[in-house]
Amino acid sequence: MAYAGLSLAIFRYVGIAAILAVACILPFAVGGYRTSQFSQVLIYAIAVLGLNILTGFNGQISLGQGAFYGIGAYTTAILLDKTAVPYWATVPIAGVICLAAGFLFGRPALRFEGLYLALATLALAVATPQILKFKGFDHWTGGVQGIHLDPPAAPFGLPLNTDRWTYYFCLIWTIALFILARNLLGGRTGRAIIAIRDHPLAAAAMGVDTALYKSLTFGVSAMYTGIAGALGALLSAYVSPDSFPVFLSIKFLVGSVVGGIVSISGAFIGALFIEFTPNFADQISKAAPDAIFGMFLIGLMYLMPRGLIGVFDLIGVQLRRVAFTKRQK
Amino acid sequence: MLSGLANGGIYASVALALVMIYQATHHVNFAQGEMAMFSTYIAWAMIDAGFPYWAAFGLTLVFSFMAGVAIERIIVRPVERAPVLTIVGVFIGLLLILNSLAGWIFSYTIKSFPSPFPSTAWYGSKYMSSHEVGMIVVTLTVLILVFIFFRFTPLGLAMRAAAQNPVSSRLVGIRVGWMLAFGWGLAGAIGAVAGMMAAPIVYLDPNMMSGILLYGFAGALLGGINNPWGAALGGFFVGFLENIAGAYVVGTELKLSVALAIIVGVLVFKPAGLFGPTLVARV
Amino acid sequence: MTAILELCNVDAAYGATQILEAVDLAVEARGITTLLGANGAGKTTTLRAICNMMVRVSGEIRFDGERIDGKATEEIVRLGVAHVPDGRGTFLDLTVEENLRIGAYTRRDKRIAADLDQLYGYFPCLKERRRQQAGTLSGGEQQMLAISRALMLRPKLLLLDELSFGLAPLVVQEIFRILHTINRNEGVSMLLVEQNANIALELADHAYLIETGRIVMAGPTAIIACEDTVRRAYLGY
Repeated sequence: MAYAGLSLAIFRYVGIAAILAVACILPFAVGGYRTSQFSQVLIYAIAVLGLNILTGFNGQISLGQGAFYGIGAYTTAILLDKTAVPYWATVPIAGVICLAAGFLFGRPALRFEGLYLALATLALAVATPQILKFKGFDHWTGGVQGIHLDPPAAPFGLPLNTDRWTYYFCLIWTIALFILARNLLGGRTGRAIIAIRDHPLAAAAMGVDTALYKSLTFGVSAMYTGIAGALGALLSAYVSPDSFPVFLSIKFLVGSVVGGIVSISGAFIGALFIEFTPNFADQISKAAPDAIFGMFLIGLMYLMPRGLIGVFDLIGVQLRRVAFTKRQK
Repeated sequence: MLSGLANGGIYASVALALVMIYQATHHVNFAQGEMAMFSTYIAWAMIDAGFPYWAAFGLTLVFSFMAGVAIERIIVRPVERAPVLTIVGVFIGLLLILNSLAGWIFSYTIKSFPSPFPSTAWYGSKYMSSHEVGMIVVTLTVLILVFIFFRFTPLGLAMRAAAQNPVSSRLVGIRVGWMLAFGWGLAGAIGAVAGMMAAPIVYLDPNMMSGILLYGFAGALLGGINNPWGAALGGFFVGFLENIAGAYVVGTELKLSVALAIIVGVLVFKPAGLFGPTLVARV
Repeated sequence: MTAILELCNVDAAYGATQILEAVDLAVEARGITTLLGANGAGKTTTLRAICNMMVRVSGEIRFDGERIDGKATEEIVRLGVAHVPDGRGTFLDLTVEENLRIGAYTRRDKRIAADLDQLYGYFPCLKERRRQQAGTLSGGEQQMLAISRALMLRPKLLLLDELSFGLAPLVVQEIFRILHTINRNEGVSMLLVEQNANIALELADHAYLIETGRIVMAGPTAIIACEDTVRRAYLGY
């Protein structure tokens, strides 16, 4: 069994290394437009991972991630527009602000479960573009017109154009945040978070401070989404209130569900789905692309109720079985 | 203020439709708004082709009922036992399909939808247009008819039983699967009424129902998601609230946010809704 | 003897856990048969297997000569099998009278009101509480309600799961007396699952004994009641 485990672990590390290698050379293999699409995929992956942590691992449903994405994006935009903060510093600042915002929202949200939490977070998502358009804040937010930004330039004079540098910048953040998520969820904290999802009363009885953990999880999830938003603002070099409609939050949820909500790596798959399927659908039907998207979504739900990562899990189980029986012989 | 009541009737109908499906399945049908919108387009197409209003109205109700049954049997049935979020995914997919199809078939240009209540009718006044009065009457009639159906007919009783206790229902011979489908059908028809009443005011376009659905959802939760009549009342209350927020507080841009903020605030104090039970968790 | 219900070589399992093994059982038409056994022996599972509720069943189950294994629960019920489940299965949020009316849901004849009156005659406490929410009734009253609801179906076969559970002895006596009357007057066959062997053996004509999923004894109650093993294990003397 150890033998089988070892070979599977090697398989896994080789796989991850291969994917990382592909990710690194990607901008040189494909054109500029595709590269920025993949940058968007990385950004979505971070946001979807944030949602997975909150909803998949901690059981708190959120239809309002778009709000934190918007807050992160506007943080970057306002800092770049009105201050001398360099672009790379705006991202962690956005993260910290959203961490606080998420925690502050999560505290009163403790009283809500299930549908009620869905409504409360949905209210957040709905309110955000409206508040951003509010005339009183125009001086900061640029009102309906939004704010235009300069795209980030490569540091140390590296010979990378904007698209490629933005991609690598996003890649660095993605890798860092995924490693963080793996550590967070793998250890005691992760077990506490999951326990709260499955048996909140039992968890509390065992000394887990449910209220603190739930609020913190909300904060962390918001932080991830805020960082994604900040990176997104740098990528599109533009923010406006209409960039963050309710549908954005729904998109993240779709990404989570398609990839597998109780999963870290599933976030990538979900991100790929929400970035590329609309384009693909557009090619199939110019007239009703969303209908095609919807059909893909429903089809996936029928075939893989636990998300695409569930399919990989199944394959993994089969491989383990094969390895185990081989060992027994 | 009274037009808040008129809108409230629409939100009450949507809230009722949502709760009906929720009671039977413990899922919120997020596609309810788009189903209502699509039905309204069907009605529009009939009227455009020359059908008299009430004939189109009636036929649309029949169509919406059958469509609801069909959607439940064909699209929802396969994922009945799947995890919650998978089902949410299916609803989102359904929502997108209906929205996109409506745009494709009927185009995205905003259309006007007639009101059967002439603007010069005797029951109009400076406080409420005749359409608003008509709206309240129609939605109240629908709510009352549904109430009578559930309370006093054997089929209504069977549907209630199937929603509350499917296992025992099977033991008295109720075909629970069909009861579920009929529930969806009824919800579809009720939604269609809401759509046809709202369309003359908000104008017909594929996105007309999203705000209404949100208000209906909020109203349902406010009234207590397990209580159909509480939900209807919640819908009326939300209409009232929306009106106040718009007229006296912030104007039309922010009124959605303010109304929702107030509702969420209420729920902080009464997490199970105004008419919901005080929940005690059994360890 | 014509059997209204026959189980031949029936296995039943919940998922991967097998409960019943090779069960053979028959209920005589117009008779009362009892299935006795200790906790966990498989009595409730047997009734569930008959109605195809929650268990995976293999083997043959015949009702009135027709095979019913594999049919949907509600279709089996429509053939004339009424099941009073353990836990009573009351519709807690409906009124007493609604609970009774829903029992007659599948009937199309005109005698429903008369039957309602007859049941109110047997169980006057139900008549008193007809407009009350069923969830507010006491255990004994809910049991009477459950039986009445099953009878409103006008079943050919009544399956009763642990009627005596949690009820005062006098109440149990009363209910069993009424069951006896109904059996004699209406000819309703009954399969009675019971832990309380004493009272079950008084009422029934035939008895089966089940232990860990297997039938270990079967025969007329007069004989079973005299068996030493039965006396010591289940009758207490």
